[in-house]
Amino acid sequence: MTITRTLLGSAASLGLAAGLATTAVAQDNVTLTIATVNNGDMIRMQGLTDDFKEQYPNIDLEWVTLEENVLRQRVTQDIATSGGQFDVMTIGVYEVPIWAEQGWLTPLEDLPENYDTDDLLPSIREALSVDDQLFAAPFYGESAMVMYRTDLAEEAGVTIPDQPTWTDIKAAAEAMTDQDAGIYGICLRGKPGWGENMALIGAMANSYGARWFDMDWQAQFESETWNEVLTDYLDLMTNYGPPGAAANGFNENLSLFQQGKCGMWIDATVAASFVTDPDDSTVADSVGFAQFPNKEGVDNHGNWLWIWTLAVPAGSQKAEAAQQFVAWATSQDYTQLVAENEGWRAAPPGTRTSLYENEQYQEAAPFAEMTLNSINAVDTSAPAEGEIPYTGAQYVAIPEFQGIGTAVGQTFSAALAGQMDAEQALQSAQQLTQREIDRAGYGSD
Amino acid sequence: MARAVTNKTKAINTAIAWTVGILIFFPILWTILTSFKSEATAIADPPVFLFFDWTLDNYTTVQERSNYFRHFMNSVVISIGSTVIGLAIAIPAAWAMAFVPGKQTKNVLMWMLSTKMLPPVGVLVPLYLLFRDWGLLDTRIGLVIVLTLINLPIIIWMLYTYFREIPNDILEAARMDGATLRSEVIYVLLPMAVPGIASTLLLNIILAWNEAFWTLNLTAANSAPLTAFIASYSSPEGLFYAKLSAASTMAIAPILIMGWFSQKQLVRGLTFGAVK
Repeated sequence: MTITRTLLGSAASLGLAAGLATTAVAQDNVTLTIATVNNGDMIRMQGLTDDFKEQYPNIDLEWVTLEENVLRQRVTQDIATSGGQFDVMTIGVYEVPIWAEQGWLTPLEDLPENYDTDDLLPSIREALSVDDQLFAAPFYGESAMVMYRTDLAEEAGVTIPDQPTWTDIKAAAEAMTDQDAGIYGICLRGKPGWGENMALIGAMANSYGARWFDMDWQAQFESETWNEVLTDYLDLMTNYGPPGAAANGFNENLSLFQQGKCGMWIDATVAASFVTDPDDSTVADSVGFAQFPNKEGVDNHGNWLWIWTLAVPAGSQKAEAAQQFVAWATSQDYTQLVAENEGWRAAPPGTRTSLYENEQYQEAAPFAEMTLNSINAVDTSAPAEGEIPYTGAQYVAIPEFQGIGTAVGQTFSAALAGQMDAEQALQSAQQLTQREIDRAGYGSD
Repeated sequence: MARAVTNKTKAINTAIAWTVGILIFFPILWTILTSFKSEATAIADPPVFLFFDWTLDNYTTVQERSNYFRHFMNSVVISIGSTVIGLAIAIPAAWAMAFVPGKQTKNVLMWMLSTKMLPPVGVLVPLYLLFRDWGLLDTRIGLVIVLTLINLPIIIWMLYTYFREIPNDILEAARMDGATLRSEVIYVLLPMAVPGIASTLLLNIILAWNEAFWTLNLTAANSAPLTAFIASYSSPEGLFYAKLSAASTMAIAPILIMGWFSQKQLVRGLTFGAVK
């Protein structure tokens, strides 16, 4: 009996000691769960994390990679309910100010001294800050620009200026279109969604001088300017666009352009590295770039800005380790690491001034200057002409915009598919937008 | 007298059956073929069917990037676990409804079925909060519970339909011979219902394996099954169709093979009682 008690006592002591030891180890070792999106730059980062582990051997990384829309829903649900499933989240520039004001994000106050926040591009830094405090670190940024076939333009005898107007674009589209040869003058997004066709049409509206709302939060779709925007978009796509354009998003247009079926494609600057990649693109060495067009007399090149950022949820138990990871992944050293392993062309674009001052990058990436010009032209605090009550870029930075943008995108896509005309689509957009905005209580004060 | 089937009719029926079969299988075949193409060939226009440079690069990349085995094991545990627990609950429930029906049995059955009519997203937030408070987020046991509950109405309905085909007289005879309730169910009912139970089991494993709403929403890094593995290769900005196809092929291969080998039981179970 005594022996049994002694054995039990010893076992209990050993168990306790082991438990304490495990706790001590657990406090030292941290596993970060990182939610991220599946795109080339993020996947590249996952392959380079050995460098991070060398610097921080006590931090392990677990990746949850999801498609963009699934990721957005998943992280929103988790952060809104304090689910605590993720220690680092990949979120877009649209979410950052909204979530920061909700108190859902940890301010990035503990970034190392050599992080150099002053090196971040001004428009990017401003878009990710609330009251001058950075709430998310930019991993890569993009604006929109015109990518066009230099060979087709030459054959057609048209010149596309560095800063084209929509009139230039229409003339070039007309000249380059050769439907019998399967070449369409222009490819634009038509697939419905706030981040799909509405990203393009939203930026196009900015460049025409149109706005979503006036200062009293009254929707402006019945204005003459919006009518011009949608009519011109539909004319371009109907006369010079590919068949079935109402179903085309980024990937579909990328595929068409890479196969030489588009004369011009206006889309995210990140596409430049894809269309000039000789492994995947049949037109890699005949691509030219120009800034997002504007309407004559309107000094606005679309104000399209999208940034994928890394943010740390508020209340995270691993905030310190999470900020260490965020700082590593968005630092100048990381850019250097990518360049050493995969060449300067693969460096994550659109976040740091130093990258665009780097001669090796300028040489490797022919689209660098135009990307920088496009991003620098963005002003998220004043994306549209005239007085407006909102901020944003090709979107309106309010939580309701996802729903409104997608519903409006559906009506515009239906117009492109020939199910209604421009006037009917605008009427429908006006009604549904005003209904939602009134319901949400904007402008009722 | 049975109607004579002419050779011509037989040939037409066979041709129609093959056409329908190929049409249904074609998307899967196309996915498998695409998984062996380069990304450039995957988006070629006109599409390339068989004559391209076959490559295993996509499978190599997928293996390097993802922990396939962990996702696979999660799928196995979740689908088998939820099916076994579901059957353990459903067999007694279906027995009671088939052999000792009450006044409200039909209503109870309809009510159970009606839970399948609710869009899952309608209960996502409450369930997420419960899971958070109970520490079940991103756990296998949490997913087993959810999948058991969402598939239970289908299991009970299927078993109820099979049990109704079994003559009550046989069970009564067993009772007269002194069989207890436990013996009656285990030694008399279950052996007769094996085809039905087997097909229910197989169908439920397939449903649980393919479930892609709860398995994406309630998991993160630890318990994510193969549905999350596929989702991680879908991208709206970048053409990764060949890699996505390789991931899809790897995810569906186990269940496809299982379905192929057990098709006899599946067909027999699903058509049980359909023709009298």
